[in-house]
Amino acid sequence: MKNIRNFCIIAHIDHGKSTLADRLLEYTNTVSGKAMQAQVLDDMDLERERGITIKSHAIQMNYTYKGEQYVLNLIDTPGHVDFSYEVSRSIAACEGALLIVDATQGIQAQTISNLYMALEHDLEIIPVMNKMDMDSAMPEEVEDQIVELLGCKREEIIRASGKTGMGIDEILSAIIEQVKAPVGDPEAPLQCLIFDSVFNSFRGIIAYFKIINGTINKGDLVKFAATGKEYNADEIGILKLEMSPTKSLGAGNVGYIISGIKTSKEVKVGDTITHVARPCTKAIAGFEEVKPMVFAGVYPIETEDFEDLRASMEKLQLNDASLTFEPESSMALGFGFRCGFLGMLHMEIIQERLDREFDMSVITTVPNVQYKVYTRKNELIEVHNPSGLPDITMIDRIEEPYIRASIITKTSFIGQIMTLCLGKRGELIKQDYISGDRIELIYEMPLGEIVFDFYDKLKSISKGYASFDYHMIDFRPSKLVKLDILLNSEPVDALSSLIHFDNSVNLGRRMCEKLRELIPRQQFDIAIQAAIGAKIIARETIKAVRKDVTAKCYGGDISRKRKLLEKQKKGKKRMKQIGNVEVPQKAFLAVLKLD
Amino acid sequence: MAGIYVHIPFCKIRCAYCDFYSNTDLSYKDELVKCLCKELTQEKNYLEKEKIETIYFGGGTPSLLDEDDFKLIFDTMESHFDISSVQEITLEANPDDLSVSYIAMLRRLPFNRISIGIQSLIDKELRLINRRHSAQQALDAVAACRAAGFENISVDLIYGYPSQTIPEFIFSVGKMSAMDVTHISAYNLTYEEGTVLHQKLQRKEICAIDEETSIEMYKTLVNKLETNGFFQYEISNFAREGYESKHNSSYWRGKKYLGVGPSAHSYNGTTRKWNVASLKEYIQKINEDATAYELETLSDNDLYNEFIITGLRTKKGVSLQTLQEKFGGKMLDYCVENAAKYIINKCLYIENDYLKFTTEGVILSNGIMSDLLFVE
Repeated sequence: MKNIRNFCIIAHIDHGKSTLADRLLEYTNTVSGKAMQAQVLDDMDLERERGITIKSHAIQMNYTYKGEQYVLNLIDTPGHVDFSYEVSRSIAACEGALLIVDATQGIQAQTISNLYMALEHDLEIIPVMNKMDMDSAMPEEVEDQIVELLGCKREEIIRASGKTGMGIDEILSAIIEQVKAPVGDPEAPLQCLIFDSVFNSFRGIIAYFKIINGTINKGDLVKFAATGKEYNADEIGILKLEMSPTKSLGAGNVGYIISGIKTSKEVKVGDTITHVARPCTKAIAGFEEVKPMVFAGVYPIETEDFEDLRASMEKLQLNDASLTFEPESSMALGFGFRCGFLGMLHMEIIQERLDREFDMSVITTVPNVQYKVYTRKNELIEVHNPSGLPDITMIDRIEEPYIRASIITKTSFIGQIMTLCLGKRGELIKQDYISGDRIELIYEMPLGEIVFDFYDKLKSISKGYASFDYHMIDFRPSKLVKLDILLNSEPVDALSSLIHFDNSVNLGRRMCEKLRELIPRQQFDIAIQAAIGAKIIARETIKAVRKDVTAKCYGGDISRKRKLLEKQKKGKKRMKQIGNVEVPQKAFLAVLKLD
Repeated sequence: MAGIYVHIPFCKIRCAYCDFYSNTDLSYKDELVKCLCKELTQEKNYLEKEKIETIYFGGGTPSLLDEDDFKLIFDTMESHFDISSVQEITLEANPDDLSVSYIAMLRRLPFNRISIGIQSLIDKELRLINRRHSAQQALDAVAACRAAGFENISVDLIYGYPSQTIPEFIFSVGKMSAMDVTHISAYNLTYEEGTVLHQKLQRKEICAIDEETSIEMYKTLVNKLETNGFFQYEISNFAREGYESKHNSSYWRGKKYLGVGPSAHSYNGTTRKWNVASLKEYIQKINEDATAYELETLSDNDLYNEFIITGLRTKKGVSLQTLQEKFGGKMLDYCVENAAKYIINKCLYIENDYLKFTTEGVILSNGIMSDLLFVE
């Protein structure tokens, strides 16, 4: 065990984590340079395209240092705030962390929050300044930031480049010299921490774990503490580039288990695996049921594709237990599902995976968070759909989730960012200078507010230089109303949203304006109204098409004319009919993209 | 029965509204005529030996050809097609080309219908669209054709000029309908991309009339012309009784036609083809015996869609009986189901088993037609 090192990498998106990780694999001969597909660890296409890791992964490297053979387990962590719980479990499985900071960009909000998480778990931190090969690197300044943050010495920071291979040997030595070997008793009752799981269509769910105590053998009868379910350890092994089966694995090791589990719901990240015969007395601390934070309706564009959508969602859930869904119906959109997501990125990812992996085009309705509604009889109703809001006369109070948000930015953008946060009902808690011109702002704000175009705005006003991170803190009373949209007096349930009263008039007006842009003119006037209860708070009109006629249609025009009108017809077929109004799909997403 | 269309792409100058294919370089005229004859020969079987009913010389400006050019073309047609029962032979002409001697020449040829591109009887408007004739020349041309013995004369009219007012328009229509002609084609001015007018509009040098004015002009036009004995038989076409253009009508009735010349289209019931829209390329391809056209084979679905689009443009409408015979009961049901809401809102109506537009319907015809089309 003394020659095992378990470590993870903490880095902001685009700071070069995956490239650096690939270089480590190459230097330890885990993968040959030739066989290396750029960024081995990100195996979903989507991950590679977005340059982020959605799910965590793990890989074992062997490395000889000063004549001794070491086993280095790299546990990759997801790089986005939506997946912070998964990050925490990956960190809990490690004894050390590489803190990678882009020498051209400096420390970002995400890095800091994950760093704190690592420090809480007593991880040894090895600071690495990456992308040193770039002309725009500013090592002195970024070193200042790291020193300020970690209280380390300037010379302890490794200067590296994933691109050129600079500093890789130093990183490997530092991992061996500085990161502690795992502690644990191979003879104690078994305790394995599950930090990730993947779905394999032939083998079922494969759980990744780190053995805290005890030893697991192939064929053992094991129990998962949180679910209470028992399985046979059909196969255990270590994670090389491919899975490599072993007979036995002892404390301190990282490995995988295959036990014929069919659905990802049974394998919960953070759960403890123990023996049925000789169970541990306590499960590993820190386990949480992952709860969706953002909810939205997902509907097939063609109503007859509902069953296909269900099948696709079920398949997605096999390897993404954090996705929840239940059937719901909408007058405007027919049958679909109310889905729960970890956050906005997670929602986008699911939508894209539906499209790419299952060829399902869907309409996603206005997302919202979960609210706690207390009735006059003091019953608690959890509402995650505007239509689920009880009648106003029944409601005593509504509470909404609040987050603590950290925003790191250049000081020159502070004014605009504060204006943005104020508009999102944020309350500034404190501001800390990180170094010369960089500042961290801490806000408490309603989660519901960042669901609407917060990221995009933050990015655009800071020209991409602000980073953002948050975590849930509590529920607070809030003056919420249901905002309805009506087209020619017909309410469009799919466009309803739950919104703070103070923002409702403004949002209603902007939604009406946006819809006026997105709904094509038709052969009659269309009234777009925003309403709270019976009260109309905004209105726009789309004037009817008055004239739509082609002057000339002779021998040479017929073919072109037919194709043009066929194209129009196709466009109309893809629209949703609401009352007598034809509404294009993009209109349903309008509220997400309000300027 | 079938038609032949001959495209003469030359123009002395380019009109400000026109996006048709034309070429202002007249030096290729003889070469073109030679190629037209060669193409007529090559394509002699396209119409599957059907008797030719109509011949139409369009452009461009066919009135730039001379007697020998026409003779050559007519002779070629006679050798390869059955033109014994031709009823209508039209020449599109510019008023300023129609000198007394040119008209006399036309009379020696088999032409029996002249379509004159008058466009407007107001000089200000003619200048705006860059026509090379004046209002007086136009009136003189009509009179000269009539005097020379042409009985069937059509004129083209454009309305809805930038900033045109209703009174101005009424004055124009009045002058137009008082002319001694048998047929009027009246087109609402459109600003096609790539034209001079379109550029002027983009640069805000001119101001397009609004939709309401344009609709009022259309309704006024239909009324005024009918009062003067010109009956509407297609969205933009009006004729005295018995003088509907047979050639153009054949496009809307799904009859076969062969088009020769650059950018000309042909249709034979199962395929449509269109020649390359470049004079030089056309000449080169024809000379090299290379294919000068693109061709598409029409599916039943395509044919149904064309049947709807072309049929509904005509006053007579779409024959539901023919629809059923050609495309089956299911397509008939489909058509009528989709037409229902427009029948209710009085844009369409059915009369004697024909589905047709009301005047309100014509104004919104594109959207309605597309609703009746069938797409996968």
